[in-house]
Amino acid sequence: MELAAILLAPAAVAACCLVVSRRTAAMLTVIGSAVVVFLALLAADRVLSEGSRAGLGGWLSCDPLGALVLLLVAFVGLMAALFSIGYLPRRHAAGGRVNGNYFSLYNLFLLSMLAVPILANIALVWIAVALTTLASAFLVAYEDTPEALEAAWKYVVLTTLGAVVALLGIVFLYWAMKLGGGGPFTWAGLRAAAPHLPPPVLWMGFLLVLVGFGTKAGLAPMHTWLPDAHSQAPAPICALLSGVETTTALYAVLRLFPVLETAGGVGARNWFLVFGLVSTGAAALLLVYVRDYKRMFAFSTVEHMGIVMVAIGLGDPAHFGAAYQILAHALAKSFCFFAAGAVVLVVGTQEIASVRGLIRVSPIAAAAVLLGGLTISGAPPFAVFMSEFAILKAGLGTAQYVAAGLLALFVVVAFCAMMQHVNHIVFGQAGPVQAVASLPATCVAALVLSAIPVLVLGVYLPSGLHRLLAAAAAALGGAP
Amino acid sequence: MTDPIASYILHLNAMAGGLFLLAAFAIVATRQMLSCVRWFVGQSLLLAASATAIGIGLHSWHLGAVAVITVFTKAIAMPWLLRRTVRRELYRRREISQVLNIPTSLLVAAALTLLAYAIVYPVTAMAAAPFVDINLSVGLAGLFLGAYTVAVRREAVSQLLGLLAMENGAFFAAVSIAPDLPFIAELTVAFDVPVTTLVIGLLTRRIHERVGGTSVGLLAALRER
Repeated sequence: MELAAILLAPAAVAACCLVVSRRTAAMLTVIGSAVVVFLALLAADRVLSEGSRAGLGGWLSCDPLGALVLLLVAFVGLMAALFSIGYLPRRHAAGGRVNGNYFSLYNLFLLSMLAVPILANIALVWIAVALTTLASAFLVAYEDTPEALEAAWKYVVLTTLGAVVALLGIVFLYWAMKLGGGGPFTWAGLRAAAPHLPPPVLWMGFLLVLVGFGTKAGLAPMHTWLPDAHSQAPAPICALLSGVETTTALYAVLRLFPVLETAGGVGARNWFLVFGLVSTGAAALLLVYVRDYKRMFAFSTVEHMGIVMVAIGLGDPAHFGAAYQILAHALAKSFCFFAAGAVVLVVGTQEIASVRGLIRVSPIAAAAVLLGGLTISGAPPFAVFMSEFAILKAGLGTAQYVAAGLLALFVVVAFCAMMQHVNHIVFGQAGPVQAVASLPATCVAALVLSAIPVLVLGVYLPSGLHRLLAAAAAALGGAP
Repeated sequence: MTDPIASYILHLNAMAGGLFLLAAFAIVATRQMLSCVRWFVGQSLLLAASATAIGIGLHSWHLGAVAVITVFTKAIAMPWLLRRTVRRELYRRREISQVLNIPTSLLVAAALTLLAYAIVYPVTAMAAAPFVDINLSVGLAGLFLGAYTVAVRREAVSQLLGLLAMENGAFFAAVSIAPDLPFIAELTVAFDVPVTTLVIGLLTRRIHERVGGTSVGLLAALRER
């Protein structure tokens, strides 16, 4: 029943937000998101003890991989709601237009992302992914500048284009299922029917879904909209877009991997490796030249989506690393965007060149950027380092030297590029920036709360979370 | 079902397929915004016709529902929504500036159609079901031509039409290979298409208010410098 409640809570809050004042709407959203986090923890706990959960007469279902994504969306959703309370009024004071529907749209966006990992029917999963775009379009355009509108336009048009391609892919998967003897059109049903699916139809379906949802996940070369949308949206929305929305789209692609492995003859591993390496490499190079620190974190998302794809393509030994990477990226990236939002509030510009010596102006924002930069670029001992290390180790252990070597190279280039930018922002000498404002208390609270898992999960992984990651890795594997 | 009727339906569907492809080409090549919308409405009606023909041929009531909802949302609600949200763009701005000129565009479109046929061939050769060979290749070609329209058009409304034409293409293929796909067809046509139109329409209006034009292809403030 908790799965149905997870969808009900944001829907109810979204409806309430339409009629109450903005301040009440903000409080309701935080309370609703906290309830969702609690329910997601409950669901994850039950999934761990029972293997999987079903709800609403089989319409909802959740397995360990779904539970992992669900938990991440819920947690980042709560943190971003908290951050929004202090962030929005400040941006309005800086010249933005007040839009009363923010929290209503926010809850709809959260609802669509929560629905992706727990809907059973693949066709409904497609609708949920398509809705994430439509619900977040006006959140991306929220600041109402020409740049924000341009970003929102590219975001909507390119990801909707991807969604239509993925729609045809899902129709092909359904057709493959029917030709292979039928069964329930769910991820589990598809996996069970995998040996009987005709390879050409399955291959067509997979490629269309890969290109379609890959566009939404920000895989290169379909990533061009991503840095625009993820840099122009308000910071809490960026945290959701970059931290978990890309993950939910990637989740739908990853779900096909075990199906393809079981079916055989499609060469799934190579597709995952090539798309992953191209994304990681392109992002690493773009990170060197980036001028805007929010765009920097956005390109880093492209890099991390690529790393997850590579980890999946390396095969079963790397899958624990892949699940760990999904977890580490969502937590670290949302924290990075909160840090970026804090810097925007303090200094009022997004250009790396005009933010120098932040440590002397706002120690909190500077510490957050430093911590965010270190974690997301993969410095030890944080979680991203541990997961990347696990993936590389698995790649070398299975003698896939070319893929693992290229991955290591791109990760190192990205690390150096990001640390150079972060170093300039935090410790740079030439003319320290002027602070235009201090940080609101809720923003600091969100920063501190979301920093805890970022700091802890690299050195200490609670046993429940460890078991969830291992079970999610097993759900990604080829063996039934 | 008697044989003559079955073959009559097959022919009818093939004709709808041919005209559907023609409409997709017309959307690529038409400069006037209003006639572009009209071609799109025509294409949607042809999709509904094909869905009806296949629904009768395969005895699938799902497709009847898809046809009815398609006519309602794409031929009636979509143009109405466009008139509500972007009236100015529809009636005042008649000329569409394109990245490539029209003869070049048509050549590329023809190449894309051939590509669609080549991609689909191994699949249709494997699964010999009625309707599939026509609908799958025409549908995929429609998808490609729609994507091409999005790529070369600079005006917001024509990019939206390209997206919706892509969706038509995906559905033209879907009705033949998955005539009983639960929900996705009905829900998508009834809900996703109008919401997409509304979101993009409202976004277009705000771009017009803030930027002073709707040539979204010329917006280039955001890029790596």
